[in-house]
Amino acid sequence: MQVTVLYFAWLRERIGQPREVVETGAITVADLVAELAARSEGHALAFADLTSLRVALDQELSDFAAPLAAAREVAFFPPMTGG
Amino acid sequence: MAVRVQSAPFDAGAEQAQFTAGLRQAGAVVTFTGLVRDNGGTLAAMEIEHYPGMTERAIAAMVEQAQARFGLEAALVIHRHGRLLPQEAIMMVATAAPHRADAFAAAEFLMDYLKSRAPFWKKEIGAEGAVWVAAKDADEDALRRW
Repeated sequence: MQVTVLYFAWLRERIGQPREVVETGAITVADLVAELAARSEGHALAFADLTSLRVALDQELSDFAAPLAAAREVAFFPPMTGG
Repeated sequence: MAVRVQSAPFDAGAEQAQFTAGLRQAGAVVTFTGLVRDNGGTLAAMEIEHYPGMTERAIAAMVEQAQARFGLEAALVIHRHGRLLPQEAIMMVATAAPHRADAFAAAEFLMDYLKSRAPFWKKEIGAEGAVWVAAKDADEDALRRW
């Protein structure tokens, strides 16, 4: 399955790119994170502490235990600071 | 109900006047404008990143919830992104309801949700470099009262 992965804020800076398209067989978000973390040192560093990260599947907030299901767009980012 | 996510500045006074002019029955309008705070005169600029698409969806969902919960006649949320200078307006919320209690509560509700459920990230640019603003536990706690 092909998914577009997006990164925001310091996560984007650590990984060095705002998005990448990946081919994955991951069942859950956590499985996908494990695959992504193995891609480079920057990825590993960015995903070192999941408690400081949030995830959205197809632009809806989700969590790391959630199944990827048919999600086409997976976004990772730090806790939001709007307002 | 209107949601605008934009990089351009806005005129909070003109927005409020236009918002109020469009009302038919409301007895109360509450507006809140958030400015770029300069902590001790060291801030050169603030950069606000967002997630185009999700931002608009997330805010629209909050506004819909606020409308149903507080019986709003109208609501407006404007939130900027990009590079902003100290004291520039970052965002504004306007709510209109039959009575002030609901208008105030709805504005607070929207502010609390915008803080930690709308995908924006602030970065402070100072003389010594740039720092991502960390989310506060208090902002997360603020959601529990709703």
